[in-house]
Amino acid sequence: MYYNVYGEKVSKRRFKEMCDAAKNRRELIAAGLTSRRDLFKMGLLTAGGMLVAKSGLSARAQGQSGGGNNTSPGTQQLCQVGNQAQSPQTKPFIDPLPIMPLTRRVSSLSPAPTLNPNVGAGEVRAAAFQAPQIDSSRFPIVPGTLYEVFQRQFTTRQSSDTILPPQTIWGFDDGSGPRSPGPTYRAFYGRPQIVRNHNALPATTQVNNTGFGMPQVTTHLHNAHNPSEADGNPCDFYPSGKFCDQYYPNVLAGFNSTNTPDGDINESLATLWYHDHRVDFTSQNTYKGLVGFYCLFNNLDTGDDESGFRLPDFPQHDIPLAFADKVYDPTSGQLVFDLFNLDGILGDSFLVNGKIRPFLNVEPRRYRFRMLDTGPSRFYEFFLTGNIGGAGNPTTNSFWLIGTDGNLIPNPIQVQSVRIGPAERVDVIIDFSKFAGKTLYLENRLNQINGQGPVPLDSQLFPQNGTQTECANLGGPGNTDAILPANFNNGQNLILQFRVSGTAVTDNSVDPATNPTFYQLPSTHADPRIVRTFKFDRLNGQWSINGQFMDCGYGNGGRGGESTETFRFAVQQNSVEQWLLTNLTGDWTHPVHIHLEEHQILSRNRSAPTVPADQGRKDVTQLHPNERVQLFFRFRDWLGKYPIHCHNVVHEDHAMMAIWHVVPQGDNILVP
Amino acid sequence: MADLTRRKLLSWTALTPLAGATAAVAGTKGKASVQSSQPTVSELARQRIQQLHLPNVPLFTHEGKRVMFYDDLVKNKAVSLNFFFAKCDEICPLVTANLVKVQKLLGADVGTKIFMYSLTLKPEEDDVAAIRHYREMFHAKPGWTFLTGKPSDMELIRKGIGFTYPDPAIDKDKTQHIGNVRYGNEPLMLWGACPGMAKPSFVAESISWMIHLDRPGPGIKSEPGA
Repeated sequence: MYYNVYGEKVSKRRFKEMCDAAKNRRELIAAGLTSRRDLFKMGLLTAGGMLVAKSGLSARAQGQSGGGNNTSPGTQQLCQVGNQAQSPQTKPFIDPLPIMPLTRRVSSLSPAPTLNPNVGAGEVRAAAFQAPQIDSSRFPIVPGTLYEVFQRQFTTRQSSDTILPPQTIWGFDDGSGPRSPGPTYRAFYGRPQIVRNHNALPATTQVNNTGFGMPQVTTHLHNAHNPSEADGNPCDFYPSGKFCDQYYPNVLAGFNSTNTPDGDINESLATLWYHDHRVDFTSQNTYKGLVGFYCLFNNLDTGDDESGFRLPDFPQHDIPLAFADKVYDPTSGQLVFDLFNLDGILGDSFLVNGKIRPFLNVEPRRYRFRMLDTGPSRFYEFFLTGNIGGAGNPTTNSFWLIGTDGNLIPNPIQVQSVRIGPAERVDVIIDFSKFAGKTLYLENRLNQINGQGPVPLDSQLFPQNGTQTECANLGGPGNTDAILPANFNNGQNLILQFRVSGTAVTDNSVDPATNPTFYQLPSTHADPRIVRTFKFDRLNGQWSINGQFMDCGYGNGGRGGESTETFRFAVQQNSVEQWLLTNLTGDWTHPVHIHLEEHQILSRNRSAPTVPADQGRKDVTQLHPNERVQLFFRFRDWLGKYPIHCHNVVHEDHAMMAIWHVVPQGDNILVP
Repeated sequence: MADLTRRKLLSWTALTPLAGATAAVAGTKGKASVQSSQPTVSELARQRIQQLHLPNVPLFTHEGKRVMFYDDLVKNKAVSLNFFFAKCDEICPLVTANLVKVQKLLGADVGTKIFMYSLTLKPEEDDVAAIRHYREMFHAKPGWTFLTGKPSDMELIRKGIGFTYPDPAIDKDKTQHIGNVRYGNEPLMLWGACPGMAKPSFVAESISWMIHLDRPGPGIKSEPGA
């Protein structure tokens, strides 16, 4: 079966023509022959603007109405969806869902970790470990839990359908071989650990680059309450051949401030992820594979279904799912990345845990899924769809939301769907017990046609005008509804298939319908020391925050000068702040991420948040068009530098980021 | 226009891309141009970037010299690229003045390891004399070339390097033109961008990444534990 970019069926012959057309178009571009006038002069274009060739040259199906000049070169013309040739269409549901193995521990590191960066041994780290300086018995310089991972280039299949060749990508290797997503950390509160993180990527040469990716890395542990030197700051990247010891204290927020000595249990984190954060190149490097999960447990969220909250047991029935959308060259089948895009990149091939549209055999019982949107720019709204191919309509089945951004909410909420944007996570429980012998799907029914964000926005969910988009003239089926119908486009949006076995099993895990209580939300009543405003804007195509751009300062290695790090503002250690995020970019949605501390959403456009996903603890907040969102923070325990940025990583890489720092005495800059 | 005939073009529309012709345009020799041997993933990737983003169109420098954009200016080089027009009174002078400081910070690397290019958005107004005058106004040093050309060719480059808006109406408004500086290392296929109005020190830092791949990030201080 072959499809054009609209998801419409086309003949094999037509598909071949589309692929050839893409090639032809590139050759015309290369020859400088893309202006209509040139083509007209050459007798290749009719007065009506149609190419005279009987077929080829246009990547879109013939007879397609609507705009789109397919001789346009360059990046995908975002209001012209026909401008991008479709990736090779692999057969779905032929590969089992990869389950990432748990990261292997090592018994020792050689040389042993040191308080200050061990420059002589090849370590690159911004500063000394903070935790051992606070309490060396709780946080010894060499803690009991050690890991050593190597970031490597490797070749793998992203579908076993041979229409797609093997792909050369980047991943993490804990000694069991490189993989992407990397191995999953199983971490525990109260057990500090060091990850010795080597950059073993090939130093860039002409022969090993696959067309994108910067082999300099800084691995961010997303959502962690971590000291800044272990945070994976975008400006702290290191080249091939170097390593960084990242000290993860695995300690609750408040341990050294508001809630000594153990921290606030209501700040417990659960589903974290790690990813590369190299400034200006994060989108390329994460797209190339540098992502993985970090699951954090305690004596309540134990990973054991017979203790604590009795959530499904990890890792057998508690499964991380990393979603990614990618593009493959229609001719060579190689993974490609649009290096010149400023707006946001959408793929037409959906991967879960590194495979395109896989299947998972499940038992008829409850599972916990930790769902992560790894980006670069797509938002998802997942439904649990059943009865595909059966008599009657597809069914939409409810499930349970138990965590937002990976953190357990006070009580489970029964939902029909969950929406996540880049870098956001949701934890859900799906009860397959009533589906024994059946097949179900996770289906993304959110309509998104470009990097702006989902369009048009759902006015039911968000109080704003829902119809205006920069690409409002697109029209046509599937381009006007916020939520697409179930099984739309012959099931193109069915991303993960669940095959439920028919044999009943014992299930010790808690039934969400009994309304168990997890944590309470921390209080947001404290008075802020300061209320700061952050305006997300675009100035002459340059993404900005408060009219300013990302700045790491000037490095020490370039012109021989000292590093001149510049911080946009200073947060006072152990203080409360409120941040107002304002979106001045018209129709764009920005998933805004703030490091170090989670936040709670106090209001959207002055109204209390209503959707379940807004009511928990968050580290990414979707800033919708024309919105002002009010966030509550407590900045505790650690000192040092952290970023605030848009996690549409294409925007992030084009300067929609600011570095601030935590110091004993904060400043009073209201609009940093 | 390249020396192509209508006949040759029609032969392309006959659905047989000419690998040899493509390679010749791309300036890549060797394996890629031989149909019988498979180009490597890396060669394909470089070719794809050239074909989609770095058109090999003729341009004129501020000295009136005719050059080919890909072959002469970008191929096998580390470069910075930005757009301006001489009569632009808002963003362009800010960006150009910023780039003057950037050139100073990059020092002797400009013209030897890094090549700076500023391309006009209004070639119909900005002839060779106009861009030369503009360049002299800012006292740009050698290694920083200002360029004009046929409007359709300039447009091809602008779209190629992604300096476009999704909304066609905004895209046509040259006062809102993209103020970014694109930096890249063509043979290594490294491409990034930063705002032309960012601090000159950070623009210079960003461009210099293209030739200093072995050095840690600017957030790393030279003294351990600092």
